[in-house]
This record gives sequence, C-alpha cells and structure tokens, in this order.
Amino acid sequence: MNWLSQIFAIAAFNLRSIPERKGAALSATVGIAGVAAVLVGVLAIAQGFRRSMTASGTPDTAIILRAGADSEMTSSLSRDEIRLISDAPGIARDTSGAMASAELFVIIDLPKRSTGTSANVPLRGVGSAAFEVRGDITMVQGRRFELGRNEVIVGAGAARAFAGLDVGQRIKIGMNTWDIVGTFTAGGGLAESEIWTDAAVLQPAYNRPEGCQSVYAKLTSPEAYDAFKDALTTNPQLKVKVGRLSEHYAEQSTATTDFITTIGVFIASMMALGALFGALNTMYGAVAARTREIATLRALGFGSGPVIISVLTESLVLALIGGLVGAGLAYAAFDGYQAATMNFQTFSQVTFAFAVTAPLVFTAVIGAAALGLIGGLLPAFRAARMPIAAALRESA
Amino acid sequence: MKYLGLIWSNLKRRKLRTTLTVLSIFVAFLLFAFLFAIKEAFTAGVRIADADRLIVRHKVSLIQTLPVSYTQRIANIPGIEAVTHMTWFGGIYQEPKNFFASMPVLPENFFDLYPEYSLPAEATVLWAKTRNGAIIGRVLADRFKWKVGDRIPLTSPIWGEPKGATAWEFEVCGIFDTTKKGADTSGLYFRYDFFDEARERGKGEVGWFTVRAHDAKDAAAVAEKIDAEFANSPYETKAEPEGAFAAGFAQQVGDIGAIMVAVLSAVFFTILLVAGNTMSQSVRERTEELGVLKAMGFSNGLILVLVLAESCVIAVLGGVAGLALAWGILQAGNPAPALLPVFYVPNQALTTGAVLVIALGIVVGALPALAAMRLRTAEALRRNG
Repeated sequence: MNWLSQIFAIAAFNLRSIPERKGAALSATVGIAGVAAVLVGVLAIAQGFRRSMTASGTPDTAIILRAGADSEMTSSLSRDEIRLISDAPGIARDTSGAMASAELFVIIDLPKRSTGTSANVPLRGVGSAAFEVRGDITMVQGRRFELGRNEVIVGAGAARAFAGLDVGQRIKIGMNTWDIVGTFTAGGGLAESEIWTDAAVLQPAYNRPEGCQSVYAKLTSPEAYDAFKDALTTNPQLKVKVGRLSEHYAEQSTATTDFITTIGVFIASMMALGALFGALNTMYGAVAARTREIATLRALGFGSGPVIISVLTESLVLALIGGLVGAGLAYAAFDGYQAATMNFQTFSQVTFAFAVTAPLVFTAVIGAAALGLIGGLLPAFRAARMPIAAALRESA
Repeated sequence: MKYLGLIWSNLKRRKLRTTLTVLSIFVAFLLFAFLFAIKEAFTAGVRIADADRLIVRHKVSLIQTLPVSYTQRIANIPGIEAVTHMTWFGGIYQEPKNFFASMPVLPENFFDLYPEYSLPAEATVLWAKTRNGAIIGRVLADRFKWKVGDRIPLTSPIWGEPKGATAWEFEVCGIFDTTKKGADTSGLYFRYDFFDEARERGKGEVGWFTVRAHDAKDAAAVAEKIDAEFANSPYETKAEPEGAFAAGFAQQVGDIGAIMVAVLSAVFFTILLVAGNTMSQSVRERTEELGVLKAMGFSNGLILVLVLAESCVIAVLGGVAGLALAWGILQAGNPAPALLPVFYVPNQALTTGAVLVIALGIVVGALPALAAMRLRTAEALRRNG
C-alpha cells in the first residue's frame, strides 16, 4: 500500500469515528467557533466604522483646510481665501460657477435614541454646490433645504441614531429654531451621520460671519489633483493644506479603527490561547482513546507519517468547522448592526453598520485552521511515537 | 480534609489533561480581568465623580466656549462653595499619536475642586512663580520620562501659535499623584493667565466650569439655578452633576458595558463547554473506582462532594492565577497609557471573578457529580472501563 493511500485510509477511519467521541469533538469545535465569532464580531465594528468613513469621496474630490489644522473642527478659512481657492485651476465648473462648497462644521447636543444621553451630533453648513461636489446625496424623504432659510436635512444614520430628527420636527439650537425638511443618504458615507443646512444661515447663528472652515471641491478629473494642490500650496496669499477627500476621511478614521482593532485582536488572541488548550485536550484524548487501534495499524505496517497526518487532518477538520460556524454566527448576529460612536478626531458622532466582510471571515477561518494544526501537532507526534508493543498491551 | 489527598491524586492521574484544563480556565479569567479593566477605563469617571461636583458647559455643545466672566457670576449663586474653569487645549507633543489631555486651569483653586489629586508643596510654590509652568500627572510623567524642570513644547491645532513664538513651551513644575483609584493622571495642566495672555484668538473664553455645591443634596437644585441665571443669554449653559456628565460622555463612545458582557458571555460559554466536557470525561473513566468507593461505604453525598471539590480545585487554580496575573500586570504600571489613560483591575472585578470561579467549578462539576452520585454500586463495579 502506498503512503498516500495509507493517509487516506487512516484519516477516513479517524473522521468516521468522530461521532463516537461527540463530546470531545464538539467541545473543541465550539471552543474554536467562539474564538472565530469574537474575532469577527469585534473586527466587524472596526470594518464598519472604516467603511462608513471611507465610502464617500471619489478620487476627484478634494478638501481644503487651513495649514496646521488636523480636522475641520480646528480649521478656518477667510472669505478671501475661499474666493482664491474657488478660482484655482482644476476645479470643475458648471453653469452656476465653480463646483466648490465652502462649509462650516459645528456640533450640537442631541439625545441618543438608545440611551437618551446627549451626544455630539455634527451639523454642517454647506454651499449650494455641495450636492454636486459630493455626487452621492440622495433624498429619501422630504426635500432639500431652501437656501437662506432655517431649514435642515438629516442624514439617514443620524435620523436613526438620534432622537427628534424626523421630518416635520424642529430642533432648537441656541437662539435659533430649524425645521427638518428631509432625510438623505450618501452611499453609506460619513455625510449620513450629519445634519446639513445652508452655510449662509449657519454662519450668523454661530457668530462666524467672516468665513468657513473648509472647502470641498470637485475637480475636472482625478489627474487634475496634483496641479490643483500645487497651485494652492504655492500661492503666497494662502496658508492651506489640500487633500483628497477619500484620504482625508481615511486618515480621520485611523485612531478609532486602530483602537478597536488593537483591543479586538488582543481579546481574540487570549481566547485563541484558551481554545488551543481545549483543542489540545480533545486531540490528546482522541489519541489516547485509540491507542490500541493506532498500535495495531503500526503493527500492520502503516508508517508514522500517515498516522501524524491523519491526526492533523482530524483536528484541522474540527477546527475548520468551528471557524466557519463561528464566523457564520458572527455574520448572522452582527452584519448590518447599526451603531454610533464618537470619532475623537472630530469629537463628533459617526453612525455606522457593523460590516462582516469576506476578508474578515477568511482571516477567522485561517486563524481557526492554524489553531487546529497547532492543537493537533503534539498529540499527532505522541500517537506516532508510541511504542507498538506496549500500546497493544494497554487496556483501553 | 482527610479526602484532600484523594482529590489530589485524582487530579494528578492525567497530569497533562488537568494542566490543559487549568490553563484554559486561567486564560478565561485573565481575559475577564482585562475586560473589566477596559470597561473601567471608560466608566471610571462615573464612579469616582463627587456627588457635590457639577460641570457647567455651553448648552449647544461642549466644544463651544463660555465667557470667563461667568466665574464670578456662578460664584455669587447661593449654595455654591467653589468654582473653577478649564479649557480644552488639544496640545500635540511632536506628533498626533503622542496625544494626551492638556488644559489651562486656575492654579489657585484647582486642587480645592479636585482634592483627589495631590501635588508636593514645593511644586505648588514653583508653579505659582513660573508663568509658563505646568504640572503633569504620574502616568504622563512615566510615559514620556518627563521630570521637574523639563521643557515641553506643544502645538495646538485649536488655538494656533502663541503670540511671538512657534510653539507653546511649558516648564514642568511638578508631578501630581492621585489618592483615588481610577482618577486620571495622564494629563498636563498649565496656568490660565499665561494661556489667555499668549493666545491670539478667543481671549476671555473658557471651556467649562467645575462647581462644588455646599451640600451634595442640593446639587440638582444648584444646577437648575445656574442654568436659570444664564437662560436667554447668548451663552446659555447646561449644568449637571459630574457623574451624569461622565456617564453621558462614556455613552458617546458606545455601550461599552453591553459589548463587554457579550464578549464575556462568549468566552465563558466556550470555556464552560470545554472544561465541562473534560471534567465529565475524567469522571466517566473512573466509574469502576467510584463503584469501589461506594462498596467501601462512601455515602452518595460524599461522592458528590468529592467530584465537585475536584472541579472546584481546577477552577480555583486556573481562575485565581488568571485574576492575580492580570491584577499584577496592571498594578505594575499602565501598559498602554496612550490607549487607555486609566487602566487597572477594580476590586469589584476581583470579587465578581472569585464568585465566578466557584460558580464555574460547581456548574462544570455538577453533571458528572450527579451522575457519579446516582451510580448503582453493583452496576459500576460490573462495568469494564
């Protein structure tokens, strides 16, 4: 009998005998499923957050902030600066002029629907070109705000997460009252966490008649970006920093995603260690329970290689089942789960949906397989090294 | 007690299996203690809040500033013992990833409002003499190895450059410690008079006020009085007890408590199953022996206790070691000050953990123990392995 068919013979024999050791096999599988579920669950939070931060921003959209500012919150641009930026080469133009939107970003206190505690909800004043610049804003209810009026539209995420943001309701901010006239989506992007209004109305309400905080601009093409950036940064009248919108948002999300990922990986590795001990126990048990069978096979002329590989195959199969079950459970439980958290870089709430992505599931299954291999390795060698004569004598 | 030897030899019979089970329980409780510490990092502010301390901020949002002149107006409100103010400075040391909290404060009464912090007397004197002086918390001092006399240049995206300089340079006058477990010592505080003179925008504006009421019972009433005082002004306020403020802030991050409970349930369910299976397997293997014990006159109750004791010993060995190691690691110093400024295992976690250890031992041992108790002696003896 050749080596390969030996492996198949023993492996099939092992796998067929799993039902006889249901308890042990199940506990190893469940242990690994638990690890996979927690890993996928926690990383799905980071993935979802990142996705909502980076979904917006095509490569031909740029954001301009004051030099030295680390977010819109700490930036400010004067009226003159905004005009110089709008005149820069590379900005797309339509009948109503440059496709550039000067924006104001402030925070208002609104209660979270889930807890009733107050949260920092971003309120954005936009220019009339904002809808064309973003390109992905779709009204799902009501209409857009009218320029010059105290009207706001609410992102779908914000409307879901915070109380009092339904169309027809009013919000009172300081001395001003605003009518909610619509709800919008933005391709799952960051704008869905925000409330939008006309910048020109927001400026006096926030004592900022002198200017705005940022300019969002649509470029003629993605390739026009470098020339556009050079034109602005070399202009001695301007002290600004220019970035692609997608890169800017990705940068703004790093602190939070890194934080969640670090903690998630830490928790999952600790759990993996615990599950590894469980898997080792199971496989040692499996080998111990078959001491006589293995010895018999060896006496019949089966090599130690096939014995090792067959034990590994068994633990690998159990681990893969565990990994798939765990990832599947996490997908069923968490994918699309709506949540909101604070993005510390803008000090404001971001609403997002947990995202169980294919790479995440893949990572979890690979991790489970690794656990299975490590858990099976030592017991496999023990099985192969057993002295045949002594093992045959052993009363099981 | 005379049965300890018996329990011990049973545990030693399959050393490898016992060790692996103990280790998996050890890891579970290590993780348990760390998760509790992470949760505590987010909610410590709520627990350590003084009942008579209030936070007064701009009604629209925390990022909007209030006039410094409110200090006196708040102080004049009846029922208020002391008031101080702080402002978010957002200082960056060299690069953004070195983030820590930095705020201008009023040195003259900062420690009256925050008695949980203590500063050496000579540092207080030095700070009063040094205009650009700053005091730093123990965790921050350890993180960057800063000591008294060091000069720390910070930039602030919020406030820009100070008048006539490219960076805000602070001189460390002292390192403050805390007497209260859970208080945050990861920040840098500097003098408001220096800040207000050097800043080029927003002069005379401050972030929020910390107020102490004469009596904790009146805290809610005092909060209402403060808000009424400034109602219908361009700067309306929202005053609330420190605990409520901290709870709201923690909720902004998300429901940390619920996430931790979910993860812990997954961990315990997993470990329970793995350990439980191993335990019952080891009892099944001994059916014959249990029959012998019964034939020798061991009562059913005693058999139950012996098996339960065995599983409890395993749980205690692993669980206590796990809790102790986590406690020891975090007691020795904060391993991640940049991530979690407050990071320690609260006593409550240790007691809850201890209870869970025993509960785990009993639950895991219960099924095999009951099975062992119900064994019919003759049948057990007959059964061949």
